[in-house]
Amino acid sequence: MNATTPVIEAKGLNLVFQTADGPVQALKDVNLTINQGDFVSFIGPSGCGKTTFLRAIAALEHPTSGTLTVNGMSPDEARRRRAYGYVFQAAGLYPWRTISGNIKLPLEIMGFSKAEQEERTARVLELVELKGFGKKFPWQLSGGMQQRASIARALAFDADILLMDEPFGALDEIVRDRLNEEVLKLWARTGKTIGFVTHSIPEAVYLSTKIVVMSPRPGRIADVIDSPLPKERPLDIRDSREFIEIAHRVREGLRAGHHED
Amino acid sequence: MSRALPVLTVLAGIVVLWYAAAVWMNATWVYDQAERAGTSVAFRDMVAETMTQERPLLPPPHQVGAELWKGLFGQAVTSKRSLVYHAFVTFKGTMMGFGLGIAFGVLLAMAIVRFRAVDMSVMPWAVISQTIPIVALAPMIIVVSSQLGLTGRDVPKAIIAAYLSFFPVLVSMVKGLRSPDQMQLDLLKTYGAGEWATFLKLRLPASMPYFFASLKVAVAASLVGTIVGELPTGAIEGLGARMLIGSQFGEPLIMWAALFAAAILAGLLILVVGFVERLARRRMGVPG
Repeated sequence: MNATTPVIEAKGLNLVFQTADGPVQALKDVNLTINQGDFVSFIGPSGCGKTTFLRAIAALEHPTSGTLTVNGMSPDEARRRRAYGYVFQAAGLYPWRTISGNIKLPLEIMGFSKAEQEERTARVLELVELKGFGKKFPWQLSGGMQQRASIARALAFDADILLMDEPFGALDEIVRDRLNEEVLKLWARTGKTIGFVTHSIPEAVYLSTKIVVMSPRPGRIADVIDSPLPKERPLDIRDSREFIEIAHRVREGLRAGHHED
Repeated sequence: MSRALPVLTVLAGIVVLWYAAAVWMNATWVYDQAERAGTSVAFRDMVAETMTQERPLLPPPHQVGAELWKGLFGQAVTSKRSLVYHAFVTFKGTMMGFGLGIAFGVLLAMAIVRFRAVDMSVMPWAVISQTIPIVALAPMIIVVSSQLGLTGRDVPKAIIAAYLSFFPVLVSMVKGLRSPDQMQLDLLKTYGAGEWATFLKLRLPASMPYFFASLKVAVAASLVGTIVGELPTGAIEGLGARMLIGSQFGEPLIMWAALFAAAILAGLLILVVGFVERLARRRMGVPG
């Protein structure tokens, strides 16, 4: 596949939740194309539908109308083909399994052979720089390491798409910076398509090739920014003029969304 | 040692109170005897006599201890007079009821968590079942099972014990199987995990702490159930039967010794369950 193959396509997507207070429009007329190898961030205030959109891609929510395809298939079908790995805000490691055991969880469910489970676990542990921690239990690791382990778990079955829902939201700034760097490295090495939900403007700008700015009530896309930043991004790129300009545009988009309330 | 001290302090307090109560309760008989004989007893002599009666209202600790010692070590363990023998009969019944109660409680919890209809229809009855006094129910269970051609006491005793012990297991397992949060369930969904995989990989292991917590209650309930099952007339074996014999034939020492044998058995069972729990916790990576 070349760099412009669309892997996720949303057309006229609407999603309405039926709540006790009546219907809530979580997504309104969302149109978006995510290409192979893109790193797409979704940013916006709470209630803008960024997480809902990510969950819809993962078939955890189902759109009320419009079309949504993943690799040309319905999200449900794509799930059966193991199209994506999902990383939640909390690491959500099973406390009764070791780090290796946690990474093997999806592999066991998907029916990989014992030998292949071992081989894949070793590989992804190395990928997230947790080599040697396989036999530890989650409580023996720091929060940042736990989140790395949960990324390894999502990578273990080699899905082409990695969906991350505020994976570093609960971590402190310093840890977050390091993990951002590592995610970029990981992305460069694996060539995966990544969908990344975040609250943080610098995080979104630093990581993404495409930034989707969303606004709430109803959740919709306010702006889509294709980042001109190079693929190679040292941390200090955040002091460059280009970076600051993009961050400015993201902030403008967020503000515009708020004024319409 | 620092953990034993508070326990021993309480124990010493109980022994002192017990002796005081024994003197107070057994004194009546001593004074009555003296009055009938037309003599009077000094306080000192009265206290001495309350310690050595053959049929005391409340036997003092050393008498119960001696009877217990005699019952445990005074004869071959196969003798009908051995408390070891009777304790083993009770232990066997307890284990059968415990096993039955665990199986029933776990299976029912699985059905309740899986099927809303079972939750709505069965759960209230499970709660109601525990409000019926087991003493009233036990004779009926024994009569019905003998009507069904089940000779001997083993099966009805196990059923009575299971009747009491399934409930804590059921309540804990329902809570435990429901303990995984939405995020953990969503995670398994993204792997395309089916219901059975979700149960085996997530719900069941997540319920284990709840399960072991309930076992301690369940094993004690099972012992109580077994003893109650041994009480109705006709039983000749087991600690329950010993207690009944002691009370019916006016042998308080036999009754009290059986009572303490039951307490010791309960303590041992709780210790074993606690040990198994610790092993399981270690295997499941719980710190400490």
